[in-house]
Amino acid sequence: MGTIYELGAPGRRGTSLPPLGRPEEEILSFIPEGLRRKAPPWLPEVSQPELVRHYTRLSRMNYGVDTGFYPLGSCTMKYNPKLHEELARLPGFSGLHPLLPEEDVQGALGVLWELSQYLKGIAGMPGITLQPAAGAHGELTGMLLFKRYFEDRGELEKRRKILLPDSAHGTNPASATMAGFKVVSIPSDDRGMVDLSALKAALGEDVAGIMLTVPNTLGIFEEDILEITQLVHEAGGLCYFDGANLNAYLGRARPGDMGADVFHFNLHKTFSTPHGGGGPGAGPLAVSEPLVPYLPVPQIVRKGDRYALDWDRPKSIGRVHPYLGNFLVIVKALAYILLLGDEGLREVSAGAVLAANYLKERLKKTYKLPYDRLCKHEFVLSGAGLGEGIRTLDIAKRLIDYGFHPPTIYFPLIVKEALMIEPTETEPKEVLDAFCQAMEKIAREAKESPELLREAPHNAPVRRLDEARAVRQPILREPRT
Amino acid sequence: MTEYIPHTPEDIKKMLSAIGLQSLEALFSDIPEEVRRRYRPLGLPRGDEAGVRRHLEGLAERSTGRGLIPFLGGGIYDHFVPAVVDYVVSLPEFYTAYTPYQPEVSQGTLTWMFEYQTMICELTGMEVANSSMYDGATALAEAVLMAHRTVGGRRVLVPRSLNPQVREVLATYAWGAGLELLDVPYSEEGKLALEGIPDELCALVVQQPNFFGVIEDLSGLKERIGKAFLIVYVNPIALAVLEPPGSFGADVVVGEGQVLGNPMGFGGPLLGIFATRGEYLRRMPGRLAGRTVDAEGRPGYVMAFQTREQHIRRERATSNICTNSALCALAATVYLAALGPEGLRQVALASMERAHELADRISSLPGYELAFSGPFFNEFAVRCAHPEEAVARLREAGIAVLSPKLVAKAGLEGAFLVAVTEKRTQEELSRFVEALKGGR
Repeated sequence: MGTIYELGAPGRRGTSLPPLGRPEEEILSFIPEGLRRKAPPWLPEVSQPELVRHYTRLSRMNYGVDTGFYPLGSCTMKYNPKLHEELARLPGFSGLHPLLPEEDVQGALGVLWELSQYLKGIAGMPGITLQPAAGAHGELTGMLLFKRYFEDRGELEKRRKILLPDSAHGTNPASATMAGFKVVSIPSDDRGMVDLSALKAALGEDVAGIMLTVPNTLGIFEEDILEITQLVHEAGGLCYFDGANLNAYLGRARPGDMGADVFHFNLHKTFSTPHGGGGPGAGPLAVSEPLVPYLPVPQIVRKGDRYALDWDRPKSIGRVHPYLGNFLVIVKALAYILLLGDEGLREVSAGAVLAANYLKERLKKTYKLPYDRLCKHEFVLSGAGLGEGIRTLDIAKRLIDYGFHPPTIYFPLIVKEALMIEPTETEPKEVLDAFCQAMEKIAREAKESPELLREAPHNAPVRRLDEARAVRQPILREPRT
Repeated sequence: MTEYIPHTPEDIKKMLSAIGLQSLEALFSDIPEEVRRRYRPLGLPRGDEAGVRRHLEGLAERSTGRGLIPFLGGGIYDHFVPAVVDYVVSLPEFYTAYTPYQPEVSQGTLTWMFEYQTMICELTGMEVANSSMYDGATALAEAVLMAHRTVGGRRVLVPRSLNPQVREVLATYAWGAGLELLDVPYSEEGKLALEGIPDELCALVVQQPNFFGVIEDLSGLKERIGKAFLIVYVNPIALAVLEPPGSFGADVVVGEGQVLGNPMGFGGPLLGIFATRGEYLRRMPGRLAGRTVDAEGRPGYVMAFQTREQHIRRERATSNICTNSALCALAATVYLAALGPEGLRQVALASMERAHELADRISSLPGYELAFSGPFFNEFAVRCAHPEEAVARLREAGIAVLSPKLVAKAGLEGAFLVAVTEKRTQEELSRFVEALKGGR
């Protein structure tokens, strides 16, 4: 696979710039000699047609939601509406400097304020910040809110532990650790839910709180959710809800009604903003009444028909974003909510849960389903026992040959050879059926011609890649020639 | 049904029947009844595409700042973005994909990540760069956490001339990690005035050029702080003409990459640049693309060193970061490829040239002077008796600068900050000067 460094020739360029008004040396003389750059950076020198063809070619080696079915569990790879792309590019949004005075950015503050109101309503919680740039950033912010809350109450010294179900996303323990907490794992019971007796045993005065994913990463709703949050609250702790799986109950239930103290949204999951090849996303955070004073500054307030920034919040944890959040992502999420309305929000969760249960019922005839019960927006199969030496990785790679993006694999960790499948609400039944057929065919192949799986993919831009070699012999940049 | 959801009543009937349920409501019977009963709708009717567009266009129009000429910087700059950048970031296979967990169907993303890492290494003079952080501020905070993990020590030297917004984010992270930030003052020239080196030091942060636009002399700093990290927060455009921090022994180079082909976007999404020395590869946060081969021996790319990351290492990960700023990094890659070394140098030189011309013209006006005598890149602080009035006059002339209130956050009173990019024209420069002449 050639990089752009293999194209072009010295002197070629991909754009044109206004000329300088005086000789280069004169301008460079503004920089003290020892601080002037001696050798130019090695950058490509390509004409515009070469550049466009290179990146168009690269894009065709990629698989996106616009290419086809992308059932990557926990990531909610739903369709990204095209209207949003145009709206985010309006000059009044994309060309706006974040440090303009408040009176010159009323429309942008209006966007933030409107989305804040809707998200508070969806969460059923009274406080919000739109600053976190992604879900994990929201988690860290939430853990810092926990920290400030206990610091303010003089309990921080003793409350050092965060409880985490063993099915939690990896970001949860990493975020809790970054905020200085110690992580204690709570096992799941045979229903795939938090083991209540283990939870009770772990709770005490040394516990700051719990981080829950609802529904959990098996796609199962914690039926004891009210009891769990009550137990934590009775022990003096706080409840963090990871909102990665909000698509499962959008418009039907609110984390605030389940006892959440902090809840993060993933606008790039539930609210259809594109994943961008890994980002940017946005991870707004809703909070319960006791945590409102600690929210990041500034807060956006409305005074009559004007918006303003409120900095007078002495108990705030401070800023977590240099400006007001990933604004252009926020614009897209607002457009999505406005188009859906209440009815549409409910259709999203209905469609997502319907599709997931439909796939689950069909696929459990062929694949092991370790937790066989009503699921929410996703479910987890096991790829174990399909055929001699066949692993989940082989199934995933073979799916590529049939034109599908593989599901999330080897997560959650509590299922052996996990295949975590999240269809979302935006796939037609025909596509879901075609995916089932491919999965069934792969199961047959696993027995009849396992090498087809082990050597997959056969029908992709590259064959199976050697990931271990990339660590053993690291090449992390184009070597200078 | 909205246009994004394809299920017809007939489809729903068939799917429910395959599941063995009677109604869509039955799909939610596992949510406690009490919780479902408490639900309150938003009171929001269903919208339509034209109506939503109208509403958002109305909000976009309402920001009067959109019409102002931005001589406004303070970390976000109005550079020209070639059309090819938006063309490439709009290619659906790029922007509708996610993290390249399955490399065989993600060679597009992984290849540009590899290109981006190369370009960032080249700009910064470092050996290894990750494929993005959220923004410059959190990249800096993560660099400080990495310094603490690597060398120990709870103290961090932070210049007063560091961008105040960035500093505020760093302060939040530092409090979370139990680190102490100690101020480093600036000289009359506006340069870092490093005095004593405290014990328990884990890092010295330097911004290049600093918040006031002044170019710092990085030589000798690393030698003075010993094993503590030298962390340099850069404007990557300036690195086209400034000697890269790698040449001065920097341990980590971070910075705000918005200037590389990304819109100002009211401050987000942004692009956090993060580069370090090869020896710290396993300690760094963020995703990395690496070159390898496929089963037939052909070259290809994968995510490398994932064992540092949260999805494998959990509470022992080098960071909690998962979703990053990939598409902004793609914009930066295409921007740098389109400009090439000459183009990037021209952007830097043109910005610097116009900034110096404007600075000369302003400081020749009676009552106005530059706040600092040190060398500067494309931004400078102007001091006058009534800065608020001057800013108001500029505003009347349709010009935005960084307000005295925001400049004061970095300890400089009675001054406003002016940034100039290659986009500013002679006519705009003259309008600026005329507006200041308009009153005393």
